[in-house]
Amino acid sequence: MLDTAKSSRVEFDYSGGERLMMNMGPQHPSAHGVFRAILTLEGETIVAVDAVIGYLHRCHEKLSETLTYAQYPSIASKTDYVAAMTSEFAYVMAAEQIGKIEVPKRAQYLRVIMAELQRVASHLLWLGTWCLDMGGALGGGATVFLYCIREREMILDLFEMLVGARLLYGFYQVGGTRYDIPDGWVAKCRETIDIIDQRIGEYEALLEDNPFFLARAQGVGVISRDLAEDVGIAGPLLRGSGVTFDIRRSAPYSSYEDFSFAVPVETAGDCYSRYRIRMVEFRESIKIVRQALDKLPDGPISSRPGLKSVAQIRIPKGEAYARVEGPRGEVGCYLVADGSAKPYRMKWRGASYSNLAVLPHIIPGHKVADVVAIMGSVDPVFGEVDR
Amino acid sequence: MTRDEAKTRIAERFTGAQVEPASAEATAGRGLPLVVTIPPDQWLAFAQFAKTTLGCRFFSFSSAVDWKEQGLEVIARVENVDDGVALMMKTKLGAGVTTCASLVPVFRGANWMERECYDMFGIRFEGHPDLRRILLGDDWVGHPLLKSYAVDTPHPPYR
Amino acid sequence: MNPWIYSTIAGFVVLNAVIGMVTYVTLLERKFAARMQSRIGPYRVGPHGLLQPIADALKLMMKEDIVPRTADRRIYNLAPIVFLVPCMLIFATIPFAPGLGVADLNIGILFFLAVSAMEIVGLFMAGWGSNNKYALLSAMRAVNQIISYDLPFIFAALVPVLLAGSLKLSDIAAAQSGLWFIFYPVIGQLAFIAFVVSTLAAENRVPFDILEAESELVAGFRVEYSGMKFALIQLGEYAHVIASSFLGAILFLGAWAGPGPEWLGPLWMLLKAMFLFLLITWVRWSFVRIRVDQILALSWKVLMPATLLLLVSTAIVVVWRAGV
Repeated sequence: MLDTAKSSRVEFDYSGGERLMMNMGPQHPSAHGVFRAILTLEGETIVAVDAVIGYLHRCHEKLSETLTYAQYPSIASKTDYVAAMTSEFAYVMAAEQIGKIEVPKRAQYLRVIMAELQRVASHLLWLGTWCLDMGGALGGGATVFLYCIREREMILDLFEMLVGARLLYGFYQVGGTRYDIPDGWVAKCRETIDIIDQRIGEYEALLEDNPFFLARAQGVGVISRDLAEDVGIAGPLLRGSGVTFDIRRSAPYSSYEDFSFAVPVETAGDCYSRYRIRMVEFRESIKIVRQALDKLPDGPISSRPGLKSVAQIRIPKGEAYARVEGPRGEVGCYLVADGSAKPYRMKWRGASYSNLAVLPHIIPGHKVADVVAIMGSVDPVFGEVDR
Repeated sequence: MTRDEAKTRIAERFTGAQVEPASAEATAGRGLPLVVTIPPDQWLAFAQFAKTTLGCRFFSFSSAVDWKEQGLEVIARVENVDDGVALMMKTKLGAGVTTCASLVPVFRGANWMERECYDMFGIRFEGHPDLRRILLGDDWVGHPLLKSYAVDTPHPPYR
Repeated sequence: MNPWIYSTIAGFVVLNAVIGMVTYVTLLERKFAARMQSRIGPYRVGPHGLLQPIADALKLMMKEDIVPRTADRRIYNLAPIVFLVPCMLIFATIPFAPGLGVADLNIGILFFLAVSAMEIVGLFMAGWGSNNKYALLSAMRAVNQIISYDLPFIFAALVPVLLAGSLKLSDIAAAQSGLWFIFYPVIGQLAFIAFVVSTLAAENRVPFDILEAESELVAGFRVEYSGMKFALIQLGEYAHVIASSFLGAILFLGAWAGPGPEWLGPLWMLLKAMFLFLLITWVRWSFVRIRVDQILALSWKVLMPATLLLLVSTAIVVVWRAGV
């Protein structure tokens, strides 16, 4: 493998007789969004990769300087649009930390329930699209994809009952949450997670007993522990390389310390270990949701109830970095407030941005077919990468 | 390595640094960052010190803030995930200064983060192996996140 | 009847039947796959989607024929034809009932195996003539894969030949009047499994469909074809699959043997071929695909020695039984 820290720029010509430069994306069935990888190939082996991003850049950071703290959370969900609940969470928490705004206990539990349900939904999409990439849109992958989407629809139905939207919510607001759960929601939620719990077992059996799947996933895309920490990847990728780091455990926020759950860690660092971690995370998230539903306290859902009070939130001067354990890793929001109703500077630390930065280091040496397997296991969402 | 240990180590090695605990963080014991302000000429040396001596090997992110007349400020956050010590490193570049030392020799994750700073703020990082625009097109003129760049600046053919 | 007239009429009928079967077999596959994925499949066009293939055929005929400006025009235009012709030609040797076939050659199965291997020329022409890196990569993979898997395919297909003692397909079918070759102890089952696996690979079906790996090479060698040329390539692929299914039915499943009167023979043949086709489809919709180097390793390191060994032991068994 080359020392890719130095050669991150690829020669844009045919250097040598045998090298072929091939473009993967930005329009590509398995680019997971808009992503362009300029691959330099020798035969089927990749020698260098130049990752070009920015096709989905929508200027979130500049935009946030023009929107108030009440207006922005709905836009925040558009960064990681697959896991919108966790995206909004970080922004709202940052504002609350600077302004020292209390969040009532019921709101904290509701936030946890939604974040964990969102994690399950996001991992379902990950599993479906990863198998789709590996098996082909007309192949075994499509079968797993359709099963996973069927389950994800059940969770999206729950969110629709709650917020009215299926993909991008405006559920979180500074001081608590915006909506309370309607009647019948708790029962439906329990029913849904029971079904999903049982079906996850079926998918595990379908995939892990299949030697083709194991051949594609084991030993592919190994990220060493040192590289993982150096580049700053987080979430299942970091835990797959042997580092026990889960923000919900090491720096608990929003009452996560009230729940008991396990944090899976694997040491192999390949696609298969990341797969195993996410499969375990399914079950752990379901466990957390069950505990939260059992212990859900009564009380107000926001410390700033009423629209008038929320719309005129002024956060005093200060700064904070709030982070959330999203399905893809550490989603963070660095907020600098200057006492007005709009932030002075806001930086999104996108989990997928850091995760994607590891690709130029691990892909060289693999075959073309491995690129899709590795990208699928890194699970980028380009809303977060490009913001 | 606890926070207080880290604080003393920093104070004895870097006399020009100002260390204070983060002003607004949740009151959980672990994970509270120390905010360290360093003069720009010691930026790289401090990063090296944080990685080797303080054990902060996890590079979270690096970015910049535009303080208008006071100039730009570059920030970076590194963490020691085993001991729960987080460092928010800051350096004020000073009015009119747009160059800074690059952290890429120390942390490989700084590569894309500094490219974004260059793209958005125009900060040139010395020692960066491949400094080019990352999110905006290669033909973009201007650096959008600077306060002097208006939100609705026209830029054909994009707007 | 004049043998020339007979052959012409038979050839005409078989070609049309094959084209009709190819279009409706796509519907069968889509419905089957849909049921596996807990959905319904084509439903609206005609009762239960029965007119869907007609709609698809009409659509493909009406589509604009886009040719890339830098493509090698002669090779690009010839490729679908060179690909299609061998796939249709192999139907000539398949007997659908005793005496009912276009040309029941003495070397029937040899003809089949040799001609079906010629489609790779068409594949490579398509990949090269498109002047597209994805197509080129796919063409390289095609050459690798199909050549590697044609050998185990031939060895597995030769096992029934040895057991029947003749290359003529109707002789092989007749030799199964007592016991179908698939039920032949050990050798029959192993040969059948090797046959199915090699067939999957020689026809670019998942899990060996790296040639057209949708998620990597975006349709591989066919990426620059549109409209009728694309339809020809599709036709050729499915025709090859069906021909292999028929071949498998003859070699292993007793051809036209089945309960009931003699004239039901072709129906049994069709049912057995469809059973094989559905088996291939079932595998297609259940598995992810494996990488090209893993595919080649499977062929050269596992399947080839295994089928060679199988062939040798079949020969030993046949000689021993003849001696006894």
